[in-house]
Amino acid sequence: MGMVIILIQYTLLFAAVLSLVALGGCFSEHSGVINLGLEGIMVMGALGGALTFKFLGGDASPFVTILAVLFVAIAVGVAYSTLLGIAAIKLKADQTLIGTAMNMLGTAAATVIAKSINLAEDSTKPSSEIAYPGRKSFLFVDGYEFNWFMIVAVVALVAAYIVLYKTRFGLRLMACGEHPQAADSVGINVYKMRWAGVLISGGLGGIGGICYITAGVSSWKFEVGVAGFGFLALAVMIFGQWKPTRIALAALLFGFFRALSNVNSGFEFLKNLNIPGGIYNMLPYVISLIVLAFTSRQSRAPKAEGIPYDKGMR
Amino acid sequence: MKKKNFLKSDGVQSFVASIICIILGLLIGFIVLLLINAKGAPDAMLGIIKNFFKWKSGAKKMENFGVTLVKTAPLLMCSLSILFSYKVGLFNIGVAGQYVAGACAALYGVFGLHWNWLGCLLLAALAGAAFGAISGLLKAYCNVNEVISGIMLNWIALYTSNMILANYLTPGRKDTPELASKAEYSKAIIPSLGLGKLFNDNKYVGLAIIISIIFAFAVWILLSKTKFGYELKATGYNKNAAKYAGMAEKRNIVVTLAIGGLLAGIGASLLFLTDFSQWDCNQTSVPAMGFNGIAAAFLGGLNPIGAIFSSFFIQHITDGGSNVDLTMYCAQISDLISAIIIYLCGFTGLIKYLFKSGIFSKKSEKDAVNANAEPAAKPVEPADAKVTDDTSADDTPAGKEAETPDNVADEEAQASGKGGEQ
Repeated sequence: MGMVIILIQYTLLFAAVLSLVALGGCFSEHSGVINLGLEGIMVMGALGGALTFKFLGGDASPFVTILAVLFVAIAVGVAYSTLLGIAAIKLKADQTLIGTAMNMLGTAAATVIAKSINLAEDSTKPSSEIAYPGRKSFLFVDGYEFNWFMIVAVVALVAAYIVLYKTRFGLRLMACGEHPQAADSVGINVYKMRWAGVLISGGLGGIGGICYITAGVSSWKFEVGVAGFGFLALAVMIFGQWKPTRIALAALLFGFFRALSNVNSGFEFLKNLNIPGGIYNMLPYVISLIVLAFTSRQSRAPKAEGIPYDKGMR
Repeated sequence: MKKKNFLKSDGVQSFVASIICIILGLLIGFIVLLLINAKGAPDAMLGIIKNFFKWKSGAKKMENFGVTLVKTAPLLMCSLSILFSYKVGLFNIGVAGQYVAGACAALYGVFGLHWNWLGCLLLAALAGAAFGAISGLLKAYCNVNEVISGIMLNWIALYTSNMILANYLTPGRKDTPELASKAEYSKAIIPSLGLGKLFNDNKYVGLAIIISIIFAFAVWILLSKTKFGYELKATGYNKNAAKYAGMAEKRNIVVTLAIGGLLAGIGASLLFLTDFSQWDCNQTSVPAMGFNGIAAAFLGGLNPIGAIFSSFFIQHITDGGSNVDLTMYCAQISDLISAIIIYLCGFTGLIKYLFKSGIFSKKSEKDAVNANAEPAAKPVEPADAKVTDDTSADDTPAGKEAETPDNVADEEAQASGKGGEQ
């Protein structure tokens, strides 16, 4: 029974990460910008959050810790996503290339920053590992890993649904991803909307990052980045057909398979099957490929995504 | 006049754009070094740029030059894979996984099948091509974005390779044995052809580098001199137009990514079959070689011949990264610089655009317009100048052109777009 709860807790944790980041991708793509840099944004947000933990130490009150960490992770994510905004909206660069560059830059920059901080403290210890002693303040059930990020993810899902479908801003944002020329013709500032989409995705990606690296561990080596989670989130987004409610369900499915790779050795019957650990590790990626193969054909992707908007173009 | 034509040639513009990217990348890297620790920054930067030149003795210099060359060969193959696919409109980020698959197949050929180097190389090519083809099939028939499937396949390839090669570990360790350690493995080492002698007996230098350069020329010929390459590029420019013209656009997508994978797979074998490096079965992140290939491809202006030089440069600064004072900085500063360079490469289109219409040529063009306009009535001049700013460079003399209906409509469209400035 204990194992089942642990499986559930990891499923919910990873589902929270995936849905936060996928919602980020969702906002960006609905505004018309493909955000492949989510992975890099996650790493940077995670670094911001982890450093906040580190400097607050283990003594700060839980409430202050939670707010400060969330705030910094969001701020760093938003700041980092301006790199995408400048390139994709202002300078009309190739969004795929920029996203890839941001992923590489995110991991490299986070490693350099983490190592520099560690080296400044102790010049014999060049490690990119950062510990966060105050992590426990995020948990709200003793002995388990149920944490506040799950609540944040649920709030984000509800908020995203309301914002996208029930507010003027959200409907305008989506118009810019479907037909920017039409949106412009009725007086919507497409550039502003796209900036909004990109920055929101930066903030959500930032929270997703810190949520991912605190899932069950109390330190993180930034050299490894976030292991393709940004891209898994994009798969979740596509499987979720760019809709918050379906993204939540898709995130649960993917989160379950990711959680299995964490806890498979705890289940007697799985242990008896004698499947090597590598299989469980690649399971989330295999499942996402299969799922994408079956769902991408009737894709409901925003029609104008990835195409830089040029006012003068006819 | 001749100088202007020289500047307008595409190759020169790409070259200048790449140089600008490199300079800006190094500059930002230097600023980062300054921020971390201002005192050692100049030395650290010099260390990165110098790489093997830091050695005093000529022999050591050559030996380390050789090491950089050995690692340039797989990098060049990866960048060829990227640029080949990119020319066909596909972003083959799965190159890292195809590289891993190639490495796994090559080493399986050595340890499992006891094949010679050519057999292992072909097996690696096959494995890489298979991984590329999966991405291609998913893209062509299931509409799965090749970037996302590529990333998924990267991780699948990594975990699969770790599992397969875990059967052939060096006793008591977590990596595969050196090929020179056993007679039945050592026939899989790519021959040095005596080239190693030139590099202070660096036995890893050899045929591998020559193979990679041959492939660079082969890709260049394929893309620019053959009907097949033309078809592939046409598919990249406009899929629907290619289909309309009777080209099998779906097949072209699959074939392109398969060839991309083949190049990356061979690239991996060119590193692992020189015995320079062994596979670590505990690695939990995809090797950086494939991603650095992206940097090299774009830095080389997406030209196979340019890629030879850009691959060497990227490998040069990557190796140079280990020269920094490790009590102050870390070697990843080179990765940071490469990443910044890729980001900036996103703007090469912009830089070229500036060449064509912006800062570089505007001045001379304005002079030309002014020269034309001077004899005319003075008050008209400001209006003329404004028109030249908005219309493209070819519309000279600009003053007269604005009268034609087409351009008037264009002006109106722009004016309304700007909220009726006029």
